Amino acid sequence: MQILPILAALRRHKAGTILIALQIALTLAIVCNALFIVHERVERANRPTGMNESNLIAVQNRYVGAPSTYLPIIRTDIQAIRAMPGVEDAYVTNTYPLRRGGWSLTARTAPDATKGGAQTALYFGDEHTLKTLGVQLIAGRNFTASEVGSFERQESPSPPQVIVTKTLADKLFPNGDALGKVIYYRGGKPSTIIGIVAKLTVPWVDMDFMDSVTIMPLTFNDGGQSFMIRTKPGQQDAVFKSVPKVLFDVNRMRVLPEKYGIRTFETVRANAYEADRGMAILMSVVCGVLLAITAAGIVGLSSFWVGQRRKQIGVRRALGAKRSDILSYFMTENFLIALAGVVVGTMLALGLSQWMFTHFEMKRLSFTYVMVGVVALLGLGQAAVFAPALRASRVSPVEATRSV
Amino acid sequence: MFAYYLELAFRSLRRSRALTALMILAVALGIGASMTTLTVLHVLSGDPLPERSGSIYMPRMDPRDLSHAEDTKLPVQVTWIDGMRLLKDRRADRQALMVGGTVPVQSDDQAMDPFIEHARYTTADFFPMFAVPFRYGQPWSDAEDESRAHVAVIGADLNARLFGGTNSVGRTIRANGADLRIIGVLDVWRPVPHFYDIYTGSFSGSEGVFVPLSTARALEMGRDGGISCWGEGSTAENEMERASCTWLQYWVQLDSAAHLEAYRRYLDGYAHEQAALGRFQRPQHPEVTGLLAFLEEQKVVPSDVRLQVWLALGFFVVCLVNTVGLMLAKFMRRAGEVGVRRALGASRRSVFAQLLTEAGLIGVAGGVGGLILAWAGLALVRRQPDAFARLAHLDLAMLVATLLLSVIATLIAGLLPAWRACSITPALQLKSQ
Repeated sequence: MQILPILAALRRHKAGTILIALQIALTLAIVCNALFIVHERVERANRPTGMNESNLIAVQNRYVGAPSTYLPIIRTDIQAIRAMPGVEDAYVTNTYPLRRGGWSLTARTAPDATKGGAQTALYFGDEHTLKTLGVQLIAGRNFTASEVGSFERQESPSPPQVIVTKTLADKLFPNGDALGKVIYYRGGKPSTIIGIVAKLTVPWVDMDFMDSVTIMPLTFNDGGQSFMIRTKPGQQDAVFKSVPKVLFDVNRMRVLPEKYGIRTFETVRANAYEADRGMAILMSVVCGVLLAITAAGIVGLSSFWVGQRRKQIGVRRALGAKRSDILSYFMTENFLIALAGVVVGTMLALGLSQWMFTHFEMKRLSFTYVMVGVVALLGLGQAAVFAPALRASRVSPVEATRSV
Repeated sequence: MFAYYLELAFRSLRRSRALTALMILAVALGIGASMTTLTVLHVLSGDPLPERSGSIYMPRMDPRDLSHAEDTKLPVQVTWIDGMRLLKDRRADRQALMVGGTVPVQSDDQAMDPFIEHARYTTADFFPMFAVPFRYGQPWSDAEDESRAHVAVIGADLNARLFGGTNSVGRTIRANGADLRIIGVLDVWRPVPHFYDIYTGSFSGSEGVFVPLSTARALEMGRDGGISCWGEGSTAENEMERASCTWLQYWVQLDSAAHLEAYRRYLDGYAHEQAALGRFQRPQHPEVTGLLAFLEEQKVVPSDVRLQVWLALGFFVVCLVNTVGLMLAKFMRRAGEVGVRRALGASRRSVFAQLLTEAGLIGVAGGVGGLILAWAGLALVRRQPDAFARLAHLDLAMLVATLLLSVIATLIAGLLPAWRACSITPALQLKSQ
């Protein structure tokens, strides 16, 4: 391969060479960082909640009017839902994973300690909670119906029995003997850990205590409630459609908010990670368009060079150069330019990643992405230059005798 | 002369359509992406009260105990005890204590299904202090705050929904099961960002129902927003007036530097008095934060939006580099023509001017294309469910800026190719013909 003559020839059109190399460098820097962001966002949007998320429906309900207590109405509602055909199980709660709104406080191992607690999200529920959510109990037992109580707005929730996630149990009791131990939420009343679940995430998407959850056998006597419904396989659509009618037939004095009233858990997840999905789509589109523009630029400039050098090509052909020699000349030329571009681009990409690390609290770019980007851009350059190079190889030796 | 250059440019652009289209497309994509993201940023980082922001302040102090000593940032909310005391002392030109919430709402027309509405429980000065525009009626007075009057001011949207936009002053709405007499109806009012309570959504719209704070507390209306407790502080609803928790927003209006200085001294005195009493346990450095400084400090604009702007600008640079390359190819291909024109006496300067005119023309076309793309981009943004997205519109300033940016950027991009083309020696070109 005649690299030195190619380099010598490139020196004659410096501006164009530098422009293509620069464009490849910038594209590489942006594309691999953008792809990295896409990967991070997709990974985030797929984080598991610890539940069995299929066949799960979340209903957000708000009672209207001011009854002296909501408890009987809540009980009637949940019984009506459990009696629906196609419903496997259901329970009433304050919030659930990915709802982005809920209640958190500090759980402590001593009643009066001011330090050494662990922040935890609270999910109110009953003996149906574990089955409805499909979370896995790894130690201890479920609540019994007789353990389920209620509490008022003016009380702090602190039932005698609680079920906690493994993460919370390990944080409070690092020796792994949390089961049966007593912990304290606000108010100084003791709660015994009767069960531990493998994993369940908090209602929010950005928290430093993502897997630290307490399930309490309590019903909150309040006008705002969420119903969680597990449907039998294949029955989700039917239940989804008939839930509002069932609820309004039981009692008209309620509001199911327009957008967030009744959602399948797929919708809950999609809503929670909407911004991340939007960002991932945007970044992918930008990458696609950038690569297309870069390819178009290479095609444009290479075509121009081929046109400019028809006479030289003709001379080479007349002197015995094969078509494949001409083809490989242009392909090699592009490869050398692209190589210079990706070398500069790699440095730019790492610099850009460092800048985003300091300004946008992002992780540092992994080197795999740079390598993927380098290979992609070298390939793209070769693909883009192929058509003009092929045209160059078809220049007939007769061109040598023609004027430009 | 310019008209002639323009005609030449038109002809030349028509001659190689694919290349021209590619250049215009690249400029349009770059411009379109940049302007879309910049418009969103521009909207989000706007001043919520353009005529007032300079005189609106948030008094801040630190009522917490020593348990979270590592957190040295001043709270952005106040306790009920402190808020009430500052409110009653009336040391600012205007002051309001408030908290957000949601209530089920019904009109006096019982046939209508109830629905959930965002509410704000606040004190009388809220309306004059934030220059809230009224369409009908007026705000409530201090006396109504004191007497826990069952009155409400409702927003324009709610008035349209409940009463078809007619003057509803004197009618009643049921909020959270209580009958409230409507005494005022707002005009359209949508401060962006939703500065006075960042916990109920930085870009959510303004609330539909406004109720005196004392009334809302007495009627146990549902409270929303951020709450932060320490010590024995409990979120139990009937404890909120005594709890060691910050959960209310407190804002003041201070009309002059002298008032600001006086208020600073007053707040400093108050904080140290509370520290002396043992209520406040930490070292006290109270602050009176201006509205715009507060938005800056709270990083109200999502970092994703800033990241998108940078990404779009990077994208634009790549598009411009691409355009420089294509223009270089295009101009150099006309080396023969340039040679002839130079040999016939055209000055280097006039060839340069002519080629730049061509670049400018690409800039104009790219700018128009970019505007169309930005318009489409913003239409897409508005379809997003985020609360802020609906606010993104191109205004006249952004429109002009888009075209100017496009033309200027393309002219700069054209400098190198034009200079290269016109520095060709005419003799050399003519010889090779």
